[in-house]
Amino acid sequence: MKIQVNLSAIAETRWYEYAARFLFGGSITAIAGIIAKEYGPVIGGLFLAFPAIFPASATLIEKHEKEQKERVGLRGTKRAADTVSADASGAAIGSIGLTVFAVLVWRALPYYPAWVVLTGATMAWLAVSVLLWELRKRL
Amino acid sequence: MRFIIGGMLVSSFAILGDIFKPKSFAGLFGAAPSVALATLGLTVAREGRWYAATEARSMIAGAVAFFVYAWWVSWVMMRYKWKALAVTTSSIVIWMGTAFGLWYLFLR
Repeated sequence: MKIQVNLSAIAETRWYEYAARFLFGGSITAIAGIIAKEYGPVIGGLFLAFPAIFPASATLIEKHEKEQKERVGLRGTKRAADTVSADASGAAIGSIGLTVFAVLVWRALPYYPAWVVLTGATMAWLAVSVLLWELRKRL
Repeated sequence: MRFIIGGMLVSSFAILGDIFKPKSFAGLFGAAPSVALATLGLTVAREGRWYAATEARSMIAGAVAFFVYAWWVSWVMMRYKWKALAVTTSSIVIWMGTAFGLWYLFLR
């Protein structure tokens, strides 16, 4: 299956769904900072890869898939579960890229400017994730 | 400050996840380094590079835990077709167990 961009999906998402994601994302970032301050960077660092928004995103995907099926008179429970499963399998691949991001930041940050390291590591996350996704698709 | 930057970055990556198809590709953005980007930049400014690098080292364990968590959610949803909210929130214990298990074994 080819990668496609569907910009109409932005309009399908309601304002309170965007607000919920903003709240979840902001909260976990603030909580990660508080944990690091309270328990130190070793424990705090674990939460930099906390699946903060994953439950909210998965619930939205499930809801949208069900709504699409219900519009044509179907229940859509199975289809919604399969779509959430596919999204989660993508996140599993993305988390391998996230591991590469963390390794690069850990090794390079003490020696190079932060913006260079964070930009480079983000590019590496994207490249590794997309490459692994392509490889998995071909297997 | 952290709240606003984190909220904006997480929302931005979530929007990217919304617009791409197929969903397995869009899912990549569910594991974007959004919280890390929001946190590490501020940490470098306030606590210094070595402190932030220590956080990044621990983040490796968190990312491995994310892999286990996402793989588990994918398997359960495919196999049992349960409610997404129930599966994704209850499975956070898997992330916690893996992340703190790795911390106990390698980082303590």
